[in-house]
Amino acid sequence: MALPKYTETHYRIWHYVYLSICAAVFFFLIAPLFVIFPLSFNAEEFLVFSDGMKRLDPDAFSLRWYQDMIYGTKNPWGLAAKNSFIIAIFATIGSVLLGTVAALGLSSRHMPYKGLIMAILISPMIVPLIISGVAIFFFMAKAGLAATHTGIVLAHIILGTPFVVITVTATLSGFDHSVTRAAASLGSNPVNTFMKITLPLILPGVISGGLFAFVTSFDEVVVVLFLAGLENTTIPIQMWTGLREQLSPTILAVATCLIILSTLILVTAELLRRRSERLRGINI
Amino acid sequence: MSSENKQILTTDGIPLEVSLKKAEKKNKIKAFLLVAPLLLFIIITYVFPIGDMLMRSVDDKMVTEMLPKTFKSMEKWDGDELPPEEVFEAFYFDFQKLIEEEREGKLSTQLNYTKNGFKSIIKKLRRKSKSFEEGNYKEQIMSVHKRWADVEYWRAIKRRAPAYTYQKYLKGVDMFENEKGKIVNVSEDRRIHRILWLRTLEIAFFVTVFCFLMAYPIAHLLATLPMKYSNLLMICVLLPFWTSLLVRTASWMILLQQQGIVNDFFVMIGLVTDDNRVEMMFNKTGSYVAMTQILLPFMVLPLYSVMKTISPSLMRAGKSLGGTPFVAFWKVYFPLTIPGIGAGCLLVFILAIGYYITPALVGGASGTLISNQIAFHMKSTLDWSFASAMGLMLLSGVLVIYWLYNKLVGIDNIKLG
Repeated sequence: MALPKYTETHYRIWHYVYLSICAAVFFFLIAPLFVIFPLSFNAEEFLVFSDGMKRLDPDAFSLRWYQDMIYGTKNPWGLAAKNSFIIAIFATIGSVLLGTVAALGLSSRHMPYKGLIMAILISPMIVPLIISGVAIFFFMAKAGLAATHTGIVLAHIILGTPFVVITVTATLSGFDHSVTRAAASLGSNPVNTFMKITLPLILPGVISGGLFAFVTSFDEVVVVLFLAGLENTTIPIQMWTGLREQLSPTILAVATCLIILSTLILVTAELLRRRSERLRGINI
Repeated sequence: MSSENKQILTTDGIPLEVSLKKAEKKNKIKAFLLVAPLLLFIIITYVFPIGDMLMRSVDDKMVTEMLPKTFKSMEKWDGDELPPEEVFEAFYFDFQKLIEEEREGKLSTQLNYTKNGFKSIIKKLRRKSKSFEEGNYKEQIMSVHKRWADVEYWRAIKRRAPAYTYQKYLKGVDMFENEKGKIVNVSEDRRIHRILWLRTLEIAFFVTVFCFLMAYPIAHLLATLPMKYSNLLMICVLLPFWTSLLVRTASWMILLQQQGIVNDFFVMIGLVTDDNRVEMMFNKTGSYVAMTQILLPFMVLPLYSVMKTISPSLMRAGKSLGGTPFVAFWKVYFPLTIPGIGAGCLLVFILAIGYYITPALVGGASGTLISNQIAFHMKSTLDWSFASAMGLMLLSGVLVIYWLYNKLVGIDNIKLG
């Protein structure tokens, strides 16, 4: 953002002040994530940079916390990771199926009571999590699903569908309905039309909604704390327990892995968003 | 349509209007059937359970069902003096039945909520009542303990007669209904919930303000920079957004600890001495710093998506009409960003008000919020009806905020970015 030559001095100064404020805020946003990386390779047990690390002494770095994370005795992380992935994958599938189908209905101009139904469908997203947690716990306890994988998956479907509904309805808002009519006029049945015409066009929205649902489930801790038994422990629960009791470098190793995972998800989501924007651009 | 009648017919001979209506109805049903699975799912697993919370929060049938005869005989008792013999007799028979079913412990817990001191005297009554003789139960019960001869305790029992109660809501704001049926404050040293409500509001409010102050400039920068730079900077906003909440909290725990990097930095620039390091964790500072950073993306994204739509020529027009850049900003640009500000503030405030993971980890004892209290009653004291009552109070607060927001800005402006 170059300033024009005629800019007066005090505006020039203000402009640089503004840029430095922005730089500071960006630093505040992103820098905390980067403390975790080096410390997870710490050879010592303390969560501070040792003198050796400051001198970049190779002996001060080690992979022992990663070893501990994978092979450690009585280690909860393996089970937690397995559970987290299983739960998140099933919750994502459920959310995407229910959410996409509902979004198709909601985007139809024939849909009665659209506002009210939309409000109900996205309510799990706007009600504070602790309240959702209590309510869902009451339901699961009555249904006999507390402390089961099924219960947690269902709970995460509840929390994940609003994201799918929102992203898919947003994608459908730029959707040209004449293509489905064209397909129908050429003799295609509705299911075929959906699979061959609609789905490929709205796929970016569906996948990014799915990513939201996946992350929501994978990260979720409040509701799981109510629902999970010892067998259903997940990564967030283990992190929560670990952070409460004692902050060990093993947690930082796990955290590093999670940051790498979130970077991958971010890249995918961004690519999809751009693709979807491009497609929408063509439609308009 | 080659029909010469007034009414236009379709090829089947049905009037077009009827046929159209039929088709419309069919489309309506089709659309609804698509939404129905999710709608039913959410209603059964989510909306009804919230209703269930409401029922639980006012439900007080337990004691009503435990002492049916007692409450029936108490109907005529005005509560001025000790109840008559028939009440004592009914109570004795109800109590014997409870002992048979081994439920007298539950009764004592329940009555103890209403008035302290029931636990021990019920235990004593259970022991002594084995050797009770028939008749004159009033004398016999009163002789077990002097509190059984105290009219206050009988009034306390009578207060539990209705099947529904709003006591839990009163307790949520540190009030209770006293012996005379008046609503009064609990004694000063036991008022914990009001402090928590205020602290929750305070933290949510200031976190929202901080987020707004920090998000506005960077959202503006992101919206005005050329695409290739802004995409790169956007990663700084999106990476924290996609990263696990607990990971971000952990990084703040490392940064803010006494031997942590922030303190190291303070020592290095000579702000504090080495043996005098600042305590930034396990107090409000920790909560503010960590929550602001964690919720900041939720403010940046709606602001960005609104600012992106504002044409730069508007500012130029403002300036060309003689406004200084500041006037042009304040009179032209800022009002246009209000929907974004509203959406961002609403999102951040609502998220902050229900937060408890981060405050519980970095906030210490002074950082617990109302959500922690709800979780505590759900998991530790198992007073689920009280947890429900507080949850619903929080929920109604949130709904009021939505309503206000809808009045002021309009709810359609929420975007995920």
